[in-house]
Amino acid sequence: MRLFFQYMSILFKAQMQYRASFLMLCIGQFFVPFAVFAGMYFLFERFGGLPGWTFHEAALCYGVVHMAFSVAECFARGFDSFSRLVVRGDFDRLLVRPRGTVVQVLGSNMEFTRFGRMLQSAVVLGIAISGLSIQWTPAKAITLFLMIAGGVIVFCGICILRASFCFWTVQGLEVMNIFTDGGREMAQYPLDIYAKWVTRFFTFIIPFGAVSYLPLLYILDRTDGPDLMYMAMPLASLLFLAPCLLVWCIGVRHYRSTGS
Amino acid sequence: MNAPLALLKMRFLTGLQYRAAAAAGVLTQFFFGLILIMVYLAFYKYGGAAQPMTLEEVVAYIWLQQIFFTLVMLWYSDFELFELITGGGIAYELCRPWRLYTVWYAKLLAARLSACALRCLPIAGVVLFLPEPYRLAPPASPDALLLFIAALLLGLLLVIAISMFVYLSVFWTMSPVGSILLIAVAGEFFAGMVIPVPLMPGWMQQAANLLPFRWTVDFPFRVYTGHIGAQEAIAGIGAQLVWLAVLVAAGQWLMKRALRRVVVQGG
Repeated sequence: MRLFFQYMSILFKAQMQYRASFLMLCIGQFFVPFAVFAGMYFLFERFGGLPGWTFHEAALCYGVVHMAFSVAECFARGFDSFSRLVVRGDFDRLLVRPRGTVVQVLGSNMEFTRFGRMLQSAVVLGIAISGLSIQWTPAKAITLFLMIAGGVIVFCGICILRASFCFWTVQGLEVMNIFTDGGREMAQYPLDIYAKWVTRFFTFIIPFGAVSYLPLLYILDRTDGPDLMYMAMPLASLLFLAPCLLVWCIGVRHYRSTGS
Repeated sequence: MNAPLALLKMRFLTGLQYRAAAAAGVLTQFFFGLILIMVYLAFYKYGGAAQPMTLEEVVAYIWLQQIFFTLVMLWYSDFELFELITGGGIAYELCRPWRLYTVWYAKLLAARLSACALRCLPIAGVVLFLPEPYRLAPPASPDALLLFIAALLLGLLLVIAISMFVYLSVFWTMSPVGSILLIAVAGEFFAGMVIPVPLMPGWMQQAANLLPFRWTVDFPFRVYTGHIGAQEAIAGIGAQLVWLAVLVAAGQWLMKRALRRVVVQGG
């Protein structure tokens, strides 16, 4: 863990060397998802609402998912750009060091310009929370935090899975974008508006539903059943992470250097 | 055969080699289309009465957007051109006896055409036969189809003329980021890539009408569904031609300015 923070501070210092470019990219990252949010807002304005959802409730969902996505993109960037390490044969160097591969790949690259994106998600979360009359309790605040943390874990899991495939294919698999970008676009709306098969797939296979939709019901006091179950739902993301890490370990054992 | 045409053909054939990327693209577009349609289904269920577009029109709009994604998206970047400018390769380009604007235009056109050639048929083949309400309806009439094809091709020429400004700006900024990113995002929004223009609020539609972007996406797709009638479509094609002439002329002028004081980077 300490190693991870050391990596973090070094990479941060390195990226801060190009301050103007860093700031510009941050601002850009702030506005890119803004268009998507504006689209969502205008649709709500035009149609009045979604079946069972108001704008601010949906915005809460959007804020959580985008926040999780941007945190994951910032810190799991190493897995995102992992195919480059494999193609160049640089992964060999990681293997000879007496530390775990996961932490080293995490430390190989981080994208701090995603701060802009996080800020945008935070603004949306603020809008959503101020527009809703929720009776906040410590339990609900913890649930909100767990939702974001769970979302980060799910996105990281997908990134690790995608990186693991590089061990077999060398090139990155673009199809996995469906689950990162597509998953984000899908989960920014409450899950129950989609067809059954989509909802099931993204609840039981890739647990976006467990980190956003189900605990959201608890925050909005719409549960039927034990509250604790809804609160603890984001922990299901750990169940998703485990097989992803397993595939990673199998992949590492399969690794044959491409060298050059 | 003259140089730009030969280059167009060559680039087109090169682009056709990237089949794995195209397969991934097809799946991604297909998934995004389905998800978007489900979102609109829910919105129309809640407040669908008396909207400026019917659900079928929105569904057709979304599928056309996915089918022709590589033709109409503003930000289909060719990093080779960036590297030519920032890496100093521009010197070689300038030595060759051709007009740089035309040649770059041909390159960008070929990249889009070949990407679309690989992607459009598989998606179209599936979505025309999906069960209701996901099916892509056939065009409103044979006339609408012909007008649609004309509008789409002009839109393609127009979007390349717009994207050329992004490449040209790199002559001054040396990196395609920041402010350009903002313009690209705003452009996509006003083009109707995020939501169709008729579903935007009134003041925003007025802004969209003043800008060139909506002629690249919104206009051709609504001609297809018959949401824009034949009369209006012909007038629209006229507007596309005017915009195209203005933007190409402005681009060429800007390029001339850029080349007059070009600094060859790197070594």
